[in-house]
Amino acid sequence: MSETKKFMYINRRAPYGTVYPLEGLEVVLIGAAFEQEVCMVFISDGVFQLKQGQDTIDSGMKNFSPTYRALGDYEVTRLYVERESLEERGLTEADLMPLTWEDEDDDWAEKPSIHIVSRTQLSDLLEEQDVVFNF
Amino acid sequence: MKLSVMVNEGPYTHQASDTAYNFIVAALTAGHEIFRVFFYHDGVNNGTRLTTPPQDDRHIVNRWSELSEAHDLDLVVCVAAAQRRGIVDSDEAKRNGKDSDNIAPGFRISGLGQLIEAGVQADRLLVFGD
Repeated sequence: MSETKKFMYINRRAPYGTVYPLEGLEVVLIGAAFEQEVCMVFISDGVFQLKQGQDTIDSGMKNFSPTYRALGDYEVTRLYVERESLEERGLTEADLMPLTWEDEDDDWAEKPSIHIVSRTQLSDLLEEQDVVFNF
Repeated sequence: MKLSVMVNEGPYTHQASDTAYNFIVAALTAGHEIFRVFFYHDGVNNGTRLTTPPQDDRHIVNRWSELSEAHDLDLVVCVAAAQRRGIVDSDEAKRNGKDSDNIAPGFRISGLGQLIEAGVQADRLLVFGD
């Protein structure tokens, strides 16, 4: 498989109400081994997946939010969060986990993975993709 | 065109697997190639041979098995999603100490890499689900 395609993983749901976010993240991690051009998108209630300070103890569910911090090590370095979705939910970038990746082409400089983008920018990004997953 | 299909919902509860099935039949009739059908999330429940619907309804699982047999379709059930939901083949049953398997004919259990490969290899990946 020498061909490289643009893969986009769209996350639309809150983290613990359904299993889609957790199983979606599993696809992203496995997919990382295939060396495709990957980005993730967080829209609608999906923005809650990146919220800081998640605590699932009382619900008995597994808190998988630390996994997002590992994405940089899997070379998943572009996480687009829709500005309008944040605003509609009373959230700002400061409410999100500070996710970073290390750029080996820039002396391992630590760079932010999260990019806040507008609905219009996302629509342009979507247009460029070859393969789109929805979770 | 070479197509891959992802089915994300279980049979009967949700329309997705019916629509995916009808789409695949139409695509094959039109001369397209189906590279792979990948079952994920509750979609793995399309692959249990223990399904017994009322006789006056369609048998979704058997329908997949028959389509696979007729067209040599590659029906792949995600192993991680299947383990959560109790879909096992004989190898998985042995490995996890279960007293039986329940995978339907024509289905095989494999990893998520098969889904990514399906996306890379096909001209289009179609996703059926919510």
